[in-house]
This record gives sequence, structure tokens and C-alpha cells, in this order.
Amino acid sequence: MAESAEELREHMSGYIKIGAGLLVLTLLTVGVSYIEFNSVFLTLFVGLLIATVKGSLVACYFMHLLDEKSMIYWILAITVAFFAVLMIVPIVTDFNSVFHN
Amino acid sequence: MDEIPYTVKPHPMSGLYSGKLGVWLFLASEVMLFGALFSSYILLRVGSDDWPVGAELLNIPLATVNTFILILSSVTVVLGWASLKLGENAKAKTYLWVTVILACGFLVVKGFEYGAKFSHDISPATNNFYAIYFTMTGLHGLHVIGGIAVFLYLLTSGSKLLDENPEWYANRIECAGLYWHFVDLVWIFLFPALYLL
Repeated sequence: MAESAEELREHMSGYIKIGAGLLVLTLLTVGVSYIEFNSVFLTLFVGLLIATVKGSLVACYFMHLLDEKSMIYWILAITVAFFAVLMIVPIVTDFNSVFHN
Repeated sequence: MDEIPYTVKPHPMSGLYSGKLGVWLFLASEVMLFGALFSSYILLRVGSDDWPVGAELLNIPLATVNTFILILSSVTVVLGWASLKLGENAKAKTYLWVTVILACGFLVVKGFEYGAKFSHDISPATNNFYAIYFTMTGLHGLHVIGGIAVFLYLLTSGSKLLDENPEWYANRIECAGLYWHFVDLVWIFLFPALYLL
């Protein structure tokens, strides 16, 4: 990534704004956890949705994934596929308790 | 001795300097390591008739403070790297020292949290919830210690490279930063999964 000094300075102020956004989202995560949702699934979904937004901000901006070489994307695509299997297998072992509570 | 190739110049095939490719491959393996533990957590949770509410057993304010600390440390790492790219080396080092201090702060807070549990005779053997809590946060804590060791090396004896080859040094900081952001990323998911949901 060859960037000019001006672009780097712009990015630096962007990093601070993203950091501030992440702090606000952390407070939101804690706040939302006090809301009584009707189902366990909805509670988990909202909590993990905010965490996913936070994680995406870290990956896209701090780890520069928005502007990366295709080889990194391929490595991550394969990783995500295997990670998804790891997450799905335990959920389908007890489908009823996850989606009907 | 021959110089290590592609430490600064990108490799013609990947378009990446070798360190960055190596760190991303390492992080892919780390995703699977923590993925296996998250998978175990889900399996234990969905298989349990009476899974405890994390918020009732764990210290939310302390964990929130630790989340703030890790986010701030991620910001200081990336600001340190950008400062190096701008040639503002003294500023960069200050940002990186702040990162190390924040990382140590995270461990101190974690120490208080663990200490409170142990003082109440709570350990990984207490039940499945605490077993997975101590395993996941413990492994994460080891990663924080690893990150501190890397940054301390880069800020002390490893900082000689900054005078000899500043671009290579900036790349090393970028690699260490990628690892550090990953440690932050893992905590972003651990925090709600164990403490809040």
C-alpha cells in the first residue's frame, strides 16, 4: 500500500473515528443485553450481530481488508468456509433447543 | 549470508511481502484454534438444560473496561504503524508503548477478575460454564502476553532495524499489528458470548 502523507493523515483520523464507533458499539452491546427478548435465539442474534459489526470494522479498517491483495481474500475465504462448518455442526446437533426456546 | 528476500518489496506472485502472507496464514490457523473452542462452547450450551447466565456470574463492568482497553490498544497500534509510514518515528514509538501499557492493563484487570473467582473457590473444575470460560479467556490472555512480548522486542532490541531499514521495520509493526487486531477481534466475540448472552 503506497499512500501519500496526506492520505495517511486522513486514514489516521479515520482510525480514531472507527475506534470511537467501536467504543459506542461496546456500550450498545452491554445495553442490549439488559433488554428482555422473547426468545433465546433473538437475544443471541442481536448480541452476535453487534459483535459482527464491530469485528467487521476492525477487520476492514484496522487490518486494511478493504484494500488487500487477492491472495489474502482467498486464504480468508477458505478459513471462513471451515470456520462455518465448525459453527454449524454443534448447532444442528440440538436444533430444537436453539430455535424453539 | 544472503539477505532474506521480499521483506520490503512485494513478491511478484502474491503482491505481498513475505511477512504479511505469513502472518495471514498464521491468523487463519488461529481462527480455527479459537473456532474449535467456540464450537465446543456452542455444543456445551445447546446440550445443557440449565446453562447459567454469564451476566449473573461474571463481572460485566470489569469486562467492559477490558473491551475498551483492547479497542484503544488496537487504535494505538494502527496509529503507530501510520506514524512510521510518515517517518514520525518518535510518535510511532510512543503509540506502541501506549499499546504495551494498555495490554498490561488488560492483564491486570483480568487478574482481578480471576482472583475474585479463585477466592470464592471457583475454578475450571466447578462446572462446564467455568471450564469453557477459563479455557477461552485463558487462551486469549496467553495471546495478549504473546503480543506484549512481540511489541517489547520490537520496541527494544528489535528497534535497531528502524535506523537500518525503516520500511522493513514498519512492515514488522504492521505484521505485529495484524496479530494484535486479531486478539482484539477474538475478544469482541468472547465478551458477549461469555459475559452477556
